[in-house]
Amino acid sequence: MLQEALFAKPPTIYPKRVWGNYRKIKWVVMVLLLGIYYLAPFLRFDRGPNAPGQAILIDLPARRAYFFAIEIWPHEVYYIAGLLVLGAIGLFFVSALLGRVWCGYACPQTVWTDLFIWVERIVQGDRNARMKLDKSPWTFQKIWKKGLTHCIWIVIGLFTGGAWVLYFNDAPTLILDTVHLQFSNTVVIWVLSLTFSTYVLAGYAREQVCSLMCPYARFQSAMFDKDTLIISYDKERGEPRRNYKAGDSWEGRGDCIDCGNCVTVCPTGIDIRNGLQMECIACGLCVDACNNVMDVVGRPHGLIRYDTENNQAGRSEAKACGKSFKETLNIIRPRTIYYAVIVSIVGGLMFYSLFTRSPLDIRIIHDRNPLFVKLSNGNIRNNYTIKIMNMTDYNKDYSLEISGLPDASVKIEGAGNPQAGHLPVPADSVAEYQVMLATRTSIKSVHTDINFAIKDNATGKVANHTSLFINGN
Amino acid sequence: MAKNPEKDEISGAHTTGHEWDGIKELNKPSPRWWLVVFVCAIIYAFGYWFFFPSWPAPGGNLRGSLGWTEHRELAKEQKEIDALQAKYRDKIHKLTLKQIKNDRDMYEFAKDGGAAAFRQNCTVCHGSGAQGGKGFPNLNDDDWLWGGKLEDIYTTIKNGVRTGFPEARTSQMPAFGKDGILTNDQIEDVAEYVQKLHEGNKTEKTPVYERGKTIFATNCSVCHGANGEGSQKVGAPRLNDDIWLYGGDKATIINTITYAPSGVMPTWGRRISDDTIKELTIYVHSLGGGE
Repeated sequence: MLQEALFAKPPTIYPKRVWGNYRKIKWVVMVLLLGIYYLAPFLRFDRGPNAPGQAILIDLPARRAYFFAIEIWPHEVYYIAGLLVLGAIGLFFVSALLGRVWCGYACPQTVWTDLFIWVERIVQGDRNARMKLDKSPWTFQKIWKKGLTHCIWIVIGLFTGGAWVLYFNDAPTLILDTVHLQFSNTVVIWVLSLTFSTYVLAGYAREQVCSLMCPYARFQSAMFDKDTLIISYDKERGEPRRNYKAGDSWEGRGDCIDCGNCVTVCPTGIDIRNGLQMECIACGLCVDACNNVMDVVGRPHGLIRYDTENNQAGRSEAKACGKSFKETLNIIRPRTIYYAVIVSIVGGLMFYSLFTRSPLDIRIIHDRNPLFVKLSNGNIRNNYTIKIMNMTDYNKDYSLEISGLPDASVKIEGAGNPQAGHLPVPADSVAEYQVMLATRTSIKSVHTDINFAIKDNATGKVANHTSLFINGN
Repeated sequence: MAKNPEKDEISGAHTTGHEWDGIKELNKPSPRWWLVVFVCAIIYAFGYWFFFPSWPAPGGNLRGSLGWTEHRELAKEQKEIDALQAKYRDKIHKLTLKQIKNDRDMYEFAKDGGAAAFRQNCTVCHGSGAQGGKGFPNLNDDDWLWGGKLEDIYTTIKNGVRTGFPEARTSQMPAFGKDGILTNDQIEDVAEYVQKLHEGNKTEKTPVYERGKTIFATNCSVCHGANGEGSQKVGAPRLNDDIWLYGGDKATIINTITYAPSGVMPTWGRRISDDTIKELTIYVHSLGGGE
C-alpha cells in the first residue's frame, strides 16, 4: 500500500504576526489599494446634463466607459487593450528590477488574504492560539470565534462584490435602490459570485492560488535575471546554524540561531533558508522576522534580505578565495532598458492618441443596390448612408459639405425636413442620415472621387471622409 | 498496486512505489479539493441529465424533466420583443403618414419595418434594391405612374393596379397595332418621335420625327399630355424622360405601342395589415423619389 494517498488535504498555514519595515510597507499598500477599490466609485465628475456624473464608470447598456475626463466608445476599446499591454509590460519591468514584489505587496490575492488573516488574528489570536483552537473540540468558544471570523469574512466579501458592481452603475443610486430592496438579478448574481470567490480564495485557497493557479508564478522566473532582487538567505553568514543562548560565542558558527521565525511568519509556509523557491512571494516578512531576532541577539540586520543572485555568488566566491567583495545593484542593464523603452513607446502612443482624439467622426456607406439611379431630368443620383458620431456630451448641430462634384444637388432624407446645413445629433450618440447626390455626369469615367466634410456649426471642427460617385455609365 | 514506496531524502516525499526501467516517481499529493470538485462535477452532470435535454434515445432524445427547449425560449423572447414594440406599433396605427414622417423615432421605426416588409412582399417584382426591371417600375427614381406623394404611394400599395378590385388603380392603353388603329409605318414614325422626346430641343427635326409628332398629337397626347409629360390621374407614363418601363430602344417602343402591355400589382390591402402598408409607404417614399 502507498504510504501517502494520491490526494491529501494541504497543510493549513498559520502565519505569525511580525512587525518591521516591510510589514509597514505592506500595510500602507493594502490601505491605499483597498481604499481606492472601495471608495473610487463614489468620486464624482461633472460632464454636463447629458452624461453620467460618476468619475469612474463602465456603462454597459449604453456602451460607454468613463474615466474622469476620458470617455471611450466601443470602437475605441483598443485603449483598454493598450492599458492591459502597458500593465503587462510594466509588470515585467518591475519584476526584472525588484523581483516578485507584485505578488508580495500589491496582488489582490495577497491583499485580501492578508486582510482575512488579520481578521483571524483579531478574533482568534496569533499563530499559537489559532493552532490550538483548530485542534480543540467544538466548544462554545470555538463556535463563536470561528463563526464571527467567517461572518466578518462574508461581510468583507459582500463589500468587495458590492464595490465591483458600483463601477458599472451610478454608485449612490444603486446603494439607495439596495436600501429600498430594489436590485436587479444581474447585480445580485455578481455580488453573490464575488462574495463567494472572495470568501473561498482569501479564506481557504490562499497560498494555493499563488503556487498552483496563478500563471504569473510560473513565468516570473523568465522575467528574472541574476541582477533581480530576490529574498536571499545569506548562507555564508548564517551557516553553520546552531542554537544560541545569551553569552555564547559567535566564533565558528553562523549567525542563524535556528529560531524558525522565518518559517512561522511565512504566508506560504516555506523555509527561505533552502533558497529561493517557487512558493516564495517576496513579501519580505521573513526579513522583518529575522531582523527582529538579530536585534535581540545583537547581530546586524540582513541575514535574510532582498539581494541579487550575482551578489550571492560574488560573496561565496570571495569568501572561498579570501577576497573582499563589493555588492552592487546593477539596475541599468539590457533587460531593464528594453522594458523601459517598450513601456515608454506604448505609453507614449496611448497618450498621444488619447489627447489627439477627435470628438467628431463620420462613417459613410455608399448604397450598392442599386449603385446609381437615373432621374427624370437626366441626372444621375447616388445614395449614401452617413452616420455622424457626436462623441461630446452636448447636443450638436452639424453641416455637410460635398466636394469633388460640381453642380451637384444635395438632398438629405430623414425625419422632419433635414437640411444639409443643419443636421442635429443628440449628445453622446450616433445619427444616421440618407444623403442623395444628383448631378449631370460625364461619360469619361466610371466614377468620381468625392469628399464628405461634416462641420460642427458651433466650434467649426471638421471631420472628413472620402467616397465615390458612380457616374452611371 | 504499489510495491515499494521509498522515502526520498532530499524532498522528504515518498515515491509512488512503481518503477519503470529504473525510473521512479515522487508522490506529492494533489490537493484533496481537486478530487472533491471533480466528484461534485460528476454529480452535477447527473442532475443536468435529469432536468435538461440529454442523451439520444428512441424518439430523438431524453427530454429532461423541465421540458426546456430552445424553441420555447425563442417564443418567449419573441413575445418580449412584441411587448417592447407594442408602443411603437400603437403609434403607427394612430398617427398619420405625415406625422410619422416628421417624428424621428417613428420615422426610423416605420422605415425599418417598411424595409423588412418590402423584402418579404415586394422584391419579387420590384427587385431587392427596388430598382425594378422590365415591366416593373423602379421605385428609386422620381418618375411616378400614379403619384409619389405619401398618400399616392399608400393608395397604390393598398388598392393595387389592375387587379379587378373596384378601388384598384387602372389604366388601359389602346393596342394601336394589334387593334389596327395605326399602321406599322405610323407606329414606326411615332416611335421615333417618342424615343427622341427626352432629348428636348437638341433633337434633329427629320421628316420621320415630324410625322411622328403629328401622329402623337392626334393619338397619344390625350393621355400622355401634349409634351409627353404624362398624367398621374389616368396612369399614363411620362414619355419625355429617359426612364422606361419596358425599354427605351426603338424595337421595344414599337412593341409597346403595338401591343400595349400592362402589368398587375396585387391589392395589398387584402393581404397585409394597414399598419404594414403605412410602413411600406414611408420606406418607399424614403428611397429618394418621394414627392
